[in-house]
Amino acid sequence: MKLNIKDLHVSVAGTEILKGLSLAVSSGEVHAIMGPNGSGKSTLAHVLAGREGYEVTRGSISYNGADLLDMAPEERAWAGIFLGFQYPIEIPGVNNTYFLKAALNAKRKHLGQPEIDAIAFLKLVREKSELMEIDQKFLKRSVNEGFSGGEKKRNEVFQMSVLEPVLAILDETDSGLDIDALKIVANGVNTLRSDDRAFVLITHYQRLLDYIQPDFVHVLAEGKIVRTGDKSLALELEDQGYDWVTTGT
Amino acid sequence: MATENTDIEQLVDRKYRHGFITDIESETLPPGINEDVIRFISDKKNEPEFLLNWRLKSFRYWQTIKEPDWAKLHHSPIDYQDISYFSAPKQATDAPKSMDEVDPKLLETYDKLGIPLHERARLAGVAVDAVFDSVSIATTFKGKLAEAGVIFCPFSEAVQDHPELIEQYLGTVVPYRDNFFAALNSAVFTDGSFVYIPKGVRCPMELSTYFRINEAKTGQFERTLIIAEEGSHVSYLEGCTAPMRDENQLHAAVVELVTMKDAEIKYSTVQNWYPGDEQGRGGIYNFVTKRCDCRGANSKVSWTQVEAGSAITWKYPSCILRGDNSVGEFYSVAVTNNLQQADTGTKMIHIGANTRSTIISKGISAGRAQQSYRGLVKIFPTAENARNYTQCDSLLLGDQCGAHTFPYMEVKNPTAIVEHEATTSKIGEDQLFYCRQRGLSEEDAVNMIVNGFCKDVFRELPMEFAVEAQALLNVSLEGAVG
Ligand SMILES: Nc1ncnc2c1ncn2[C@@H]1O[C@H](COP(=O)(O)OP(=O)(O)O)[C@@H](O)[C@H]1O
Ligand SMILES: [Mg+2]
Repeated sequence: MKLNIKDLHVSVAGTEILKGLSLAVSSGEVHAIMGPNGSGKSTLAHVLAGREGYEVTRGSISYNGADLLDMAPEERAWAGIFLGFQYPIEIPGVNNTYFLKAALNAKRKHLGQPEIDAIAFLKLVREKSELMEIDQKFLKRSVNEGFSGGEKKRNEVFQMSVLEPVLAILDETDSGLDIDALKIVANGVNTLRSDDRAFVLITHYQRLLDYIQPDFVHVLAEGKIVRTGDKSLALELEDQGYDWVTTGT
Repeated sequence: MATENTDIEQLVDRKYRHGFITDIESETLPPGINEDVIRFISDKKNEPEFLLNWRLKSFRYWQTIKEPDWAKLHHSPIDYQDISYFSAPKQATDAPKSMDEVDPKLLETYDKLGIPLHERARLAGVAVDAVFDSVSIATTFKGKLAEAGVIFCPFSEAVQDHPELIEQYLGTVVPYRDNFFAALNSAVFTDGSFVYIPKGVRCPMELSTYFRINEAKTGQFERTLIIAEEGSHVSYLEGCTAPMRDENQLHAAVVELVTMKDAEIKYSTVQNWYPGDEQGRGGIYNFVTKRCDCRGANSKVSWTQVEAGSAITWKYPSCILRGDNSVGEFYSVAVTNNLQQADTGTKMIHIGANTRSTIISKGISAGRAQQSYRGLVKIFPTAENARNYTQCDSLLLGDQCGAHTFPYMEVKNPTAIVEHEATTSKIGEDQLFYCRQRGLSEEDAVNMIVNGFCKDVFRELPMEFAVEAQALLNVSLEGAVG
C-alpha cells in the first residue's frame, strides 16, 4: 500500500482549511498526526475517506497508484481504507452485528470473495469482541445508539479489527477514554499492526503514543505538516505545547 | 432483520413488480352508477332483501353528500360515472367449488404475485382468500379452519351461508352514514372477506386476503367483516396490488372488526397498490375506512400497516375502546416517493375505564411526495384512567418532499394521561457517510437506515410478512437518493 498526498488544499464552505499538505504513507508504517484543535486533522481524515462538502482546490492524493479523489467513499472502503470516526454516528434500529456483517460482505463481494457464512462470522465476531473486551449485549444493540463515548470508540476499533483494513485512519480514537479503555484500544491497534497494513493515528495528546509506538510523528498546524519527527517530537510537544512548533516555522 | 445484502441488491434493481395485466375474459358492467347498477350487483350475488335495501339506502344517502376536503391531498376530480362498479372473470361468476375448477390463468396470476393457491404450493400456515376485481376466486384451507369452527370465506358466500351474522353485524362498526367513501362502498361493495372466530377459539393459522385489481376503469369496493367472539384470537393480513395503468383507479374499502370480551384481533396490511409513475401518471386512489369496535372488556385490537403503494392514500384505521381495559394499537409505516400523497393516521376513542392505546407512526417521504399523519385521541368522561402514548416520526429523503403532523386530542376525563412525541428528521448525511465508509453502497445504506427507522413497526408484523414488507420498502424508495 502506498498513499501519497501532495500539496493538498482543501476548502470547507469557502474557507481554506488545508493549505498545501503533503504526506506519504506505506504499508507497515504507523504515522501519528498531532495538532491543535481546529487545525484540520478531521478535515484530512474526511477527505481521505471521501466525505462530501470538502472541496479540493489544489493538489493530489494517490492510493496504490490510483487517483483516490475519483473514488466514492464505499470504493475506498473496498480498497481497504477505514476511518475510525472522532464522533461515531448512531443508526437507530440497525443491529450492530447485522451492520458489521453487511459491511464485511459488501467488501468481500467487491473483492470477489463469497459471503461469509453465519457460523464463521459469529466466530470472527466473538474473537474480535474478546480482543476489544466488548460485551456481547453491546453487539445486539443498535449501531452506537445509547453507547457511552468510550463504548463508541471501542466499537470503532472493533469494526476495524473485523474489516481488516489496509490503511486505517483513527481520528482521535483516544479522546475521552479512561486509561483502561485506552489500553484496550492500543492493544487492538498493536494486534492488528502488520507489514501489510498502515495506520494514521490522529491524536491531540501524546498519551496514546505511550502505548502505540509510532514510526513517524507529524505536526499539523495552519493547514500544513509543519514538523515531522519520531516519537521524541511528541514528547517535546507535550512539554512545550503547540505554540512551540507553530511559532518555530 | 434477516434480509441479506444480496437480496436488497436484487430488489433495488426492480420497479413496481406487480404491474402486469391478466388477459382474461371478464363480465364488466359499463361505467356508471345508479339504482339499477346496485340492483344488478345485488341480484348477481343473489342477496337477501335486507341487503339490497341497505345498499339502496346507502346509495340515496351518498347522493346527498360531498367528498371530504379536509385531508391534505390534491387530485383531479373523480368522475363517479366513469367507473365500472362490477367486473368479474367470466368463469368466476359461477363460483367454482374446488381449486381444480378455477381458471388456470387466475391461478397463474396469483403464482406470479407470490401467492400460490394450489394445494401443493400453498404458504404453510396461512389461509388465503383471493379477491380478483369484484369477486373472490378462491379460498384455501377452508376445511381445516372449519374443523376449528372458524368461518373464513368470501363476503358474498357469507351472505348466502350466514345471512343472520351479516344482518347482525354489517354496518354496526362503520355505518353507511359514516363518510362519503363508506356510503359509496355500502352501496356498491362487491366482495371481500368474512371471518368469524367462535368463543374461546384461537384461530389455528394466519388468515390473509389478497386483493388484486385487474380490469381497467374498474373500481374495487371490498368489504371485510371480522367478528372475534369472547376469548378468541385471530391474526389477519391483507395484501394489495394492481397493474400499471395510466389512468387513476378508485379503491374504496370498508373494514369492520368486532372484538368481544377477552378477544383479540391482529390486523396487518401490506398495501402495494400501483403508485403511479415518476411523473405522477396513473396509480390507485385508495380511500379506506377501517375501524374496530372493542365491545368487550379486556379486548384488544392491533392495526399494523405498511402503506407503500397508491397514488393517494386516505386511511385512518381506528379503535373504539368501549369495553373496560380494552387496548388499541396502531403501528404504521407509510412510504411516499415521487408524486405519491398519503394522509393517514388513526383514531383512538376511549370510552371504557382503563382503556389503553398506543400509536407508533413512521412516515418516510422521498421525491416530491407529501405525507401527513392525522390522528385523533378522544377520551370520554367515562374513560377513567385512560392512557394514550403517541409517537410520530417522519423521515425525509431529499428536500423536495414534505411531512406534516396533525395530532388532535380531546380529553374529557382528568384522570387520563395522553402523551405525544413527534420528530421530523432528514436522512442524515453523516449516517449515509458512516455506512458508505464501512463499504455499503448508497442505496444499501438508505435501505438500512430506513429499515432501522421502521423497526418498531416491522416487528409487529407476522414473521412471514416482515421480510416482504422490508423488501417492499426498499423497492418503493428506489432512486430516492443520488
Ligand atoms: N462543515 C464545516 N463547515 C465549516 N467549517 C468547518 C466544517 N468542518 C470543519 N470546519 C472548520 O475547519 C477547521 C478544521 O476543523 P477540523 O478538521 O475538524 O479540525 P481538527 O480535527 O483538527 O480539530 C475548523 O476551523 C472548523 O471550524
Ligand atoms: Mg477533529
